[in-house]
Amino acid sequence: MIAGTISKITGPVAVASGMTGSKMYDIVRVGNEGLMGEIIRLEGDRSTIQVYEDTSGLKVGDPVESTEGPLLVELGPGLLSSIYDGVQRPLPVVAQSGDYIQRGTVASALDREKLWDFTPIATVGQEVVGGDVIGSTPEGQTIIHKVMVPPDVKGKIKKVVPAGRYNVDTAVAQLEDGTEIKMSQWWPVRQGRPYERKLDPTHPFTTGTRILDTFFPIAMGGNAIIPGGFGTGKTVTQQSLAKWADVDIIVYVGCGERGNEMTEVLVEFPELEDPRTGAPLMDRTVLVANTSNMPVAAREASIYVGATLAEFYRDMGYSVAMMADSTSRWGEALREVSGRLEEMPGEEGYPAYLATRLAAFYERSGRVRPIGSDDERVGSVTMVGAVSPAGGDMSEPMTQNSLRVSGAFWALDTSLAQRRHFPAISWTKSYTLFLGQVSGWYEENVASDWHVLRDQAMSILQKETELQEIVQLVGPDALPESEKIILEVARMLREDFLQQFAFHEIDAYCPPKKQYLILKAILSFHEAAASALNRGVSLRQILEMPFRDEISMLKTTPHEEAMEAIPGFCTRVAEEIAGIEVY
Amino acid sequence: MTPETMTPPMAPKARPLVSTDYRTLSYVTGPLIFVENVHDVAYDEMVAIRMPDASRRSGQVLEVSGTTAVIQVFEGTRGIDVDATEVRFLEEVARIDVSPDLLGRVLNGTGAPIDGGAPIIPERRLSMTGAPINPYTREKPADFIETGISAIDGLNTLVRGQKLPIFSGSGLPANELAAQIIRQARVKSGEDFAIVFGAMGITHRESAYFMNQFESTGALERVVFFLNLADDPTVERLLTPKAALTVAEYLAFEKDMQVLVVLSDMTNYCEALREVSTAREEVPGRRGYPGYMYTDLSMIYERAGRIKGRKGSVTQLPILTMPDDDITHPIPDLTGYITEGQIVLSRQLHRRAVYPPIDVLPCLSRLMNLGIGEGKTREDHREVANQLYAAYAQGRDLRKLVAIVGEEALSDNDRSYLRFADEFEKRIVGQGEEGRTIEDTLAISWELMAGLPMGELKRVRDFIDKYHPNAEQASDEA
Repeated sequence: MIAGTISKITGPVAVASGMTGSKMYDIVRVGNEGLMGEIIRLEGDRSTIQVYEDTSGLKVGDPVESTEGPLLVELGPGLLSSIYDGVQRPLPVVAQSGDYIQRGTVASALDREKLWDFTPIATVGQEVVGGDVIGSTPEGQTIIHKVMVPPDVKGKIKKVVPAGRYNVDTAVAQLEDGTEIKMSQWWPVRQGRPYERKLDPTHPFTTGTRILDTFFPIAMGGNAIIPGGFGTGKTVTQQSLAKWADVDIIVYVGCGERGNEMTEVLVEFPELEDPRTGAPLMDRTVLVANTSNMPVAAREASIYVGATLAEFYRDMGYSVAMMADSTSRWGEALREVSGRLEEMPGEEGYPAYLATRLAAFYERSGRVRPIGSDDERVGSVTMVGAVSPAGGDMSEPMTQNSLRVSGAFWALDTSLAQRRHFPAISWTKSYTLFLGQVSGWYEENVASDWHVLRDQAMSILQKETELQEIVQLVGPDALPESEKIILEVARMLREDFLQQFAFHEIDAYCPPKKQYLILKAILSFHEAAASALNRGVSLRQILEMPFRDEISMLKTTPHEEAMEAIPGFCTRVAEEIAGIEVY
Repeated sequence: MTPETMTPPMAPKARPLVSTDYRTLSYVTGPLIFVENVHDVAYDEMVAIRMPDASRRSGQVLEVSGTTAVIQVFEGTRGIDVDATEVRFLEEVARIDVSPDLLGRVLNGTGAPIDGGAPIIPERRLSMTGAPINPYTREKPADFIETGISAIDGLNTLVRGQKLPIFSGSGLPANELAAQIIRQARVKSGEDFAIVFGAMGITHRESAYFMNQFESTGALERVVFFLNLADDPTVERLLTPKAALTVAEYLAFEKDMQVLVVLSDMTNYCEALREVSTAREEVPGRRGYPGYMYTDLSMIYERAGRIKGRKGSVTQLPILTMPDDDITHPIPDLTGYITEGQIVLSRQLHRRAVYPPIDVLPCLSRLMNLGIGEGKTREDHREVANQLYAAYAQGRDLRKLVAIVGEEALSDNDRSYLRFADEFEKRIVGQGEEGRTIEDTLAISWELMAGLPMGELKRVRDFIDKYHPNAEQASDEA
């Protein structure tokens, strides 16, 4: 056993001597209360430890004991609908010892007593390798949890338990070499779970948010960042993605954010109905909550805990979305610990390895063919990371380094938020690199001219930005009518298409088909109006027609009803505007 | 659960019969002293310092390394020497005596009475550090606190359990606004209501102003006043918000009170943090502030909240000065990322003699929806706020246009928005010293909205019949 004593304490960092034999990132127990910590530097027999709990009261000379293993998470049935802290301790269990978070709490991540309905799939004599599914159990109302052979295990099955109710510690199968396969397994969080190969992401990650799906879509297995100053709606956007994204499993990591917000998620998600199955949304959600005033080192770990949980469900063949809110707080945790280690600082005090760590993290997303002998399973982890740039300045290191590794940039704009334009995602600054990969799906499943319409709408908005500069100088009356109609249509695009009310019963989620149709309605109006203007009809005559009001109602009209009505509406618009007489 | 377990206690241990006083100071710099050859010293432990002239000071351990302890001295290091000064380690973290009798008292920045009144007989002695509330045991904030200020109550409602800072600039009347809120604030249902006021680095003039205000209006009896003056030791300020919040938590969660904590000025707190960090030669983050300032501030702000199964609540209204009115400065920036919204004061409004000079456009109360609506304020509150925001924003945009093309170029419709924006600043925002109930605020809002064409009131459409001053005319038009 490796055991030493504390020789120095400063903030969340402690140094222990007499730790010969320690390895980097091994977990240690610090002090008489057994606080959890992780070795982050070795120097002779001295280990530097980041402590995951409050260090007040630790003394020089207090004992330190190594567990001689890295930070592990337990993976098995029961993860879904749980809420964990940054090192996978279930918060409801922690709450049993008081309303405040106590130090030195040891709590098992999974319920050890609960019995699961296990149905075996593997048979005696079968050769299995890591990743193979040997049985399953329903987890919650909708998800079938697949019990898999751990990645580093293979052999011939000697024994399988019959179908029945077992707890997570039961060995449900045994191999000829004596290895037991339990319902739960352990995995080190800082190491990505293996997969056979990465697949090309071609299926879109639909979110029901119009600006994201139509203008800046990402693919399943892709990743995106949402940077924005405070009050621009990062958290609301993340939460509405969690509620509506078309995926099987949600892993939501609240990393260094507000306690009240986590409480809101906790209260709201169990009440929310999963739009696809009708079961509570919480049934397919795992929450990892490490609020800003919880220990900073555990904040650093929480992101990796979340990624590992996501990969585990990916390996079962599910599509998983991981939301990290906010990655900047994770970066700051790195900076804080780095400062305590007296490392040479890089830009703005962040450690020089910030870019490497970020890249390694985002690369854990992807659409993959998991390991195992069957060829059918395809799983994906899609990551969406919020970034909180200091002072709203996007040139700071966290935003810039995240940009280099992420596939889409959903920029939140303070001036939009102040005008109460929500979601405050800027259409001029945002971009996506997945457009080429997902437009095939849209053209096949939504409409063949999807891409054309999207580009038209984008160019109208771009044109508006240019015209606004002129309007600022000379006033709107100086523009010719052919340009005034562009301003009018751009305003419709902004108000009737881009603006979306996250808390509205119907508007909160907009199916891709309906998104396309609303866009089509607006653009049909534009086309008809533009040709009428060419005939000499005045703009006032066109704007007097009731179409604008009708279009503005579309987003709050029930989906089926709206989708049925729009094609007829487009024809009517074209006919009636064409029928206006020129005075 | 008792408050003893609320905070991380020191490891239990029998007190030695002979306590050790160290006279082994080796190094003094800024607010820090280094003591050598120490044994059994704990991180964060409090120390008592005996000066060469036998006067006493207090301090706290910031770092222990081998046999050296680094201590920050709350009262400053002037007069400390390396020969005769003695240091005793107190074997406990920072604590404060609490009792319901604290209401109406004035205390210094570390919690000792300075109003010449009777000593406080403690009911409990609580650690100031404050452990994080388990998100699982938190209760969602709900119900509103009426501040009597229209721009806050009507448009950016303060909700129990929320933390809503006021971003001010130097020379702006933030303290007047704070005093007015302390005077007027009340909770609707007539529950016990208390205010804990933590003043950090305020001037004698300001402190006299507050005392005057509290005494003349009788507000003092429901206030616990922590006072750290501008010429008091800087480092003492680091304890003030923690002491104030410990008292607030005690009153809220032990005594079932609704507590509003006003902290002024957080900028001074952050300066103190920077001073200590610099003295320790730590790697600086933005503008010389330490990299852990976000974590440090969150350990103050996150102490607002409600807890399941307890009646009380802690609501925070911290006030800070934006250096050079710069909202991107690290202090307002990090604060904005932790708090649930912000109230921003504007120099332009102040110059136009609008009081309180609240610029509602950059303001936000994230939790507003939890505290308003039927049964809490009034059914039309959300929609009225939306309509006011939209109309005022449009009026402000038009002002820019008028500057270029002149008012003649505008349509009648646009002119009604211009008028609305002026009236809004004059009547809703610029209410002066008057205190308003939420009903008053909503009534004035409807009067202003009546100045806009009926067709423009899209967001309050459903309530026009009930609340519009010219409702009958409205239904005729329809």
